[in-house]
Amino acid sequence: MTTIAQAFSKAHSEHRAALIGYLPAGYPSVSGAVDCIAAMVEGGVDIIEIGLPYSDPLMDGITIQEAVQQSLENGTKIADVIATAAKVSELGVATLIMSYWNPIERYGVEKFASELHKAGGVGVITPDLTPEEAHAWVEATDANEIDRVFLVALSSTDERLATVAAATTGFVYAGAVMGVTGARTSLGDAVRQVVTRTREYTELPIAVGLGVSTPEQAHEIAQFADGVIVGSAFINAINSGGPDAARELAQKLRAGVVR
Amino acid sequence: MTTEAVMSPDTSGHFGPFGGRFVPEALMAALDELDAAFRSAKADPVFIAELNDLQVNYTGRPSPITIASRFSEHAGGATILLKREDLNHTGSHKINNVLGQALLTKRMGKSRVIAETGAGQHGVATATAAALLGLECVVYMGEEDTKRQALNVARMELLGAKVIPVTTGSRTLKDAINEAMRDWVANVEDTHYLLGTVAGPAPFPEMVRDFHRIIGDEAREQMLSRFGRLPDVVAACVGGGSNAIGIFTAFIGDTSVRLVGLEAGGDGVETGRHAATITGGAIGVLHGTRSYVLQDDEGQTIESHSISAGLDYPGVGPEHAFLAHIGRAEYRPVTDTQAMEAFRLLCTTEGIIPAIETAHALHGALELGKELGPEAIILVNCSGRGDKDVATAANWFNLMDTKS
Ligand SMILES: Cc1ncc(COP(=O)(O)O)c(C=O)c1O
Repeated sequence: MTTIAQAFSKAHSEHRAALIGYLPAGYPSVSGAVDCIAAMVEGGVDIIEIGLPYSDPLMDGITIQEAVQQSLENGTKIADVIATAAKVSELGVATLIMSYWNPIERYGVEKFASELHKAGGVGVITPDLTPEEAHAWVEATDANEIDRVFLVALSSTDERLATVAAATTGFVYAGAVMGVTGARTSLGDAVRQVVTRTREYTELPIAVGLGVSTPEQAHEIAQFADGVIVGSAFINAINSGGPDAARELAQKLRAGVVR
Repeated sequence: MTTEAVMSPDTSGHFGPFGGRFVPEALMAALDELDAAFRSAKADPVFIAELNDLQVNYTGRPSPITIASRFSEHAGGATILLKREDLNHTGSHKINNVLGQALLTKRMGKSRVIAETGAGQHGVATATAAALLGLECVVYMGEEDTKRQALNVARMELLGAKVIPVTTGSRTLKDAINEAMRDWVANVEDTHYLLGTVAGPAPFPEMVRDFHRIIGDEAREQMLSRFGRLPDVVAACVGGGSNAIGIFTAFIGDTSVRLVGLEAGGDGVETGRHAATITGGAIGVLHGTRSYVLQDDEGQTIESHSISAGLDYPGVGPEHAFLAHIGRAEYRPVTDTQAMEAFRLLCTTEGIIPAIETAHALHGALELGKELGPEAIILVNCSGRGDKDVATAANWFNLMDTKS
């Protein structure tokens, strides 16, 4: 089992940012997702975020919405997501789940954290859970050695950066743009500032995601952040060229994250 | 139990175990800004006067109470009174909240409003206020709803709003809310999300309620001055719950007054094809708030079903969840068929074509009248008029008549 801290320190020792890749479980199928993720890892992804498909993904743009809807139509269940995490963790990468809050609450907060831990998962990203609502989640993640990743946004005030940084473990997720997920051709400079501001409140690694799709963007972000998160671009690659395309994209991004 | 004690959420927007904020971090600053603007406006006599002026001289408030005598003959002899929100400008209660939030939008220095709409009434009201105050307006509406409420799509466009049909998920109200949230996250700098019901993250449930509580405040006063007593029951339909909370709030401290919310039972709660969230749902988080939600064992939202676009929503406002939880209000389902029978009955006995949403409350009132007997007075929130529903109703009765 590789922890988040180990993954970041390995990347750091290699003078680069960590590469973090996202794919929803069950997309294009339960076993297909594992194959694609294996290809992403071969291509150089350090940390994998497995999306837990949800019916109302209001933080996601059309690429992830469609993938997730397809996964749900395929019949993907939470048990499949956890089984996917078990397979991915065997590949030797730090394995996280990215999930909207309601499925975790409904499944059982403690049950979810402990099953994920047993499967070899090391963290969970919760894009619609803020620290203010996370009391039960903090207890369950502490009890089960699961890192809980909260987000900071370009709009976060200093007060909120402090709150989020204090509640987060593993790494802080900084949203690169104001908006939903989805590949974008240009990212503003504002994210550099939010990363700098967040560093005032935490020693944890900070990774940047939302809209990142190209090796050039990854390279730019790697100069000021500890990790680069790519999601929709992997789905687009898989849609056009399956695992091979995912591997190839990972290789290019990995070449991009050097300092 | 005092009204204020029940009504006030805690500082982070919880009504007991319900409510709160479950949103992307990117929206937290905007929600804080909105909360601050709302609280300062509430305490500002200039804002209050401006809103009051619009309510009286634009909306046409106060709305009257009509004694529905001929309709009441079908209610076991009980007296049914209608609080006539259908007579408001734009044809429903929705305008009360919209004017308040549109003024707040200007106060916050924002120039664009977005809204979700199911029946189209909230969209029409938002387009109206945007025209009045010179704001840009975009309305998200499920593609399914743009078909069943085509008249309202045309109204919104005439008023200068842009209507965007939403083609994801169930293509109804819940998906329109998802899409509006996505727009808001991306444009929060200059855009206010003018949410149309008492759901969503704090401060929306409390704020929308406060803009609608004028319904109950007026009605309570009208009951005392004209009828010399309070009603035995206050009844209202519940989608997200804004018209219901609007008329309930003034009566919460009056423990002799029963508060009854009528949910959309669709084909019947037992069929699973319904929108009766409190009756048939479970506690969960949807659209930024913890409340009752129609969901499966894994927390996936279950699509709701109702003939009424405005009630066709798998969530409900957190204060209703709380009122149900503490037993202060009761919630009952009304099927499509029951609602449509009450719809036709009101048309032919009172010369009032109600919204199909409202017809759910009307059926509830008939049932409650039969339970309570001749002495009872039942005050129904007549939340909207049915012009928008004429095609649906014609279709329904045609179908029913050819079947029988
Ligand atoms: C006339 C009317 N009544 C009721 C509703 C339901 O909304 P709420 O439960 O928020 O009052 C709607 C919603 O569109 C409506 O148009």
